[in-house]
Amino acid sequence: MRALAIVLALWAGSLQAVEPGEILDDPALETRAREISASLRCPVCRNESIDMSGSALAADLRVLVRERLVAGDSDAEVVAFMVERYGEFILLEPDGRGANLLLWLAAPGAFILALGVGVATIRRRPPQPDALSDEERARLDEIVGR
Amino acid sequence: MITELGHFALILALVVAAVQTVVPMVGASRGWRGWMAVGDTAAVVQFALVGVAFAALTWAFVTSDFSLRVVFLNSHSAKPLIYKISGVWGNHEGSLVLWILILALFGASAAVFGGNLPATLRARVLSVQGAIGVAFLLFSLLTSNPFLRLAEAPLDGQDLNPLLQDPGLAFHPPFLYLGYVGLSMTFSFAVAALIEGKVDAAWGRWVRPWTLAAWVFLTIGIALGSWWAYYELGWGGFWFWDPVENASFMPWLLAAALLHSAIVVEKRETLKSWTILLAILAFGFSLLGTFIVRSGVLTSVHAFANDPERGMFILAILFVFIGGALVLYSLRAGELEAKGVFGTVSRESALVLNNVLLAVSTMVVFVGTIWPLVSEIAFGRTLSVGPPFFDAAFTPFFVVIAVVMPLGAMLAWKRGSLTRSVWPLAGIAALAVAIGALAFAVQSGRSALGPVGVALGTWVIAGSALDLWSRTGRTGRFGRLLRLPRADWGKALAHGGMGITIIGIAAITAWGEEDIRAAQIGERWAIGAYELEMRGVTEGQGPNYLTTMAEIAIRRGDEVIAVVYPEKRFYPVAGAPTTEAGIDIGFWRDIYIVIGDEQDAGGWAVRSYVKPFANWIWGGAILMAIGGFVSLSDRRLRVAAGAARAPVAVAAE
Repeated sequence: MRALAIVLALWAGSLQAVEPGEILDDPALETRAREISASLRCPVCRNESIDMSGSALAADLRVLVRERLVAGDSDAEVVAFMVERYGEFILLEPDGRGANLLLWLAAPGAFILALGVGVATIRRRPPQPDALSDEERARLDEIVGR
Repeated sequence: MITELGHFALILALVVAAVQTVVPMVGASRGWRGWMAVGDTAAVVQFALVGVAFAALTWAFVTSDFSLRVVFLNSHSAKPLIYKISGVWGNHEGSLVLWILILALFGASAAVFGGNLPATLRARVLSVQGAIGVAFLLFSLLTSNPFLRLAEAPLDGQDLNPLLQDPGLAFHPPFLYLGYVGLSMTFSFAVAALIEGKVDAAWGRWVRPWTLAAWVFLTIGIALGSWWAYYELGWGGFWFWDPVENASFMPWLLAAALLHSAIVVEKRETLKSWTILLAILAFGFSLLGTFIVRSGVLTSVHAFANDPERGMFILAILFVFIGGALVLYSLRAGELEAKGVFGTVSRESALVLNNVLLAVSTMVVFVGTIWPLVSEIAFGRTLSVGPPFFDAAFTPFFVVIAVVMPLGAMLAWKRGSLTRSVWPLAGIAALAVAIGALAFAVQSGRSALGPVGVALGTWVIAGSALDLWSRTGRTGRFGRLLRLPRADWGKALAHGGMGITIIGIAAITAWGEEDIRAAQIGERWAIGAYELEMRGVTEGQGPNYLTTMAEIAIRRGDEVIAVVYPEKRFYPVAGAPTTEAGIDIGFWRDIYIVIGDEQDAGGWAVRSYVKPFANWIWGGAILMAIGGFVSLSDRRLRVAAGAARAPVAVAAE
């Protein structure tokens, strides 16, 4: 988030997302449409979902998603249709196939590994300090007043 | 003329930084006091020179000197004064000068306030800090010089990106930089300690204030950025898992881990080599963030200066410093011997778990952020990693952190008793479950996220309160509460702030309401428990923009509780629009209204949202930062000065 938002830079023109005219009359279908479009990336924008992007293409895709839903597609079918057209780039949540398995397993794997190292650290007993020398013993006795 | 003075000062600062790098380091290894002392003077002089350069650049922006390339590209004579000033760091070149200024500020503070450090350690810290300064001054002068003139001065500038013309720009980057660059101090301390081959309790005590300060600034910077995005972007999102946000989040997580492991070094003289590694990595992630933002290698909404040459330069800095430090670490870490012994159930173990969880969380963010790059280069697959992945992969670890936090915070050092710590918390757990159940009952038929988040937040908040209370003993508890060490208060405040943020995030995600419609003038509609009325739309003009402003009344029952004026602005010079949301801010909820385009069928597009507990997100973050400051003011850290000098005084007697 360094320069802040810079965040915002390049956001220009993407200020309006879902337009009133796009909304479906059936609330259940509309909810599904919103969920699907939040998981699809706008192909021409910088890291935005089509649900939040204001670009013309994102608007077209939102309408397309809704058309497929109205035509009776399941959520998975709509997503598969979009992936077929635009490639897996469009998925904001990458699937777990092939090399992507690494991505998904990285966290649990690292956790198990780190936990192992952590437990080893906790269990490891550093060498006990050497016993007191006679001189130190005498000094200690003196301090504690014996 | 002033511009040339600034340019000259920046070049002079480079020379001074080079001296600061070489002379004290040689002095420290040879034991020459005079050479070591050069570091102090050089650090202060370097800061003064960079300050002159920064002031000269600011002057150019304020006076709208369009013969300067950066000013021409990023400013305009009609821009309000505050945005002329904050515009200094609203661009790559200027923000880099700010970065260097803060770097020099930290170096100078170490020279001025580091009187309690042993002379050799201080000399080495300043030398490493000087080396970082050399690298970034070279970066600025060679690839991103802000003082370049144009052959012919244009009549007016191209204006600053309108989204950046906001008070958010004035504060967000400076705080973020204070955090990023603050981590350079811990890095310098780590490298200096490796060179000296000595890490002890005193080192832990010296490095902790710097880490704490960096973490506090980073917390404020991230919270400000999130809040800014929330009110400025027009739909009330507060976190996007964008690469550039992740770039600031990773150092934050590692700094939090470092903060906790440095306590173990200080109190128990163990976990030393891990702490050193963390200090190196935390700054490494700071540099990585710089690389991500300024190279354009990852597609981000935060487009900045996408220039491959600059990217390569930062990558080189990253390799030299972090690579060098890691080599040094691998050579020396073996000499760092753990002293303290502790049982399996103990505060030390809890802090190890804290570090494991924070480090793995960082890993999740890191892997997700660079995966598109790795996948494309290594496997030829162009793909995206977005919020759904991070939500799924990151959240579990943070839930575990929240669950463990109150338990770990109450365990005793060395050898704790789980039963003794768990029993007092049973009541807290019951309270958390009850509040979660209440939330579940009230919400009726929505996802479990809200109730679980609220229960978790309650657990953390009440756990911190109990932790504080349990330290008061048996009699005169209120009096003792006030006299507890500030570090205890800081810890409770920061942990409690975390709980508040958790509640805010869960609630806004689970219980937000949204309405999108084409509203006619005079139309009324309901959202949540409120009724909104579109009263009218007027056109107007600001200092450097045109505006379309709506007037919308918010009713609860028959009573008008607020009137908000959402705006849609257009900046003609930059040719870009912005939205200014109309927000009725409240403790329990924000009502957030955005006006869009006029519709063909009449009326205006209006988006309205109820954002429950929105301000808890940033309120919690601010509380975390306050906790950090309170802890920073603890007597222990101030007294460290006297404690370090004491043995010398005794020897002299």
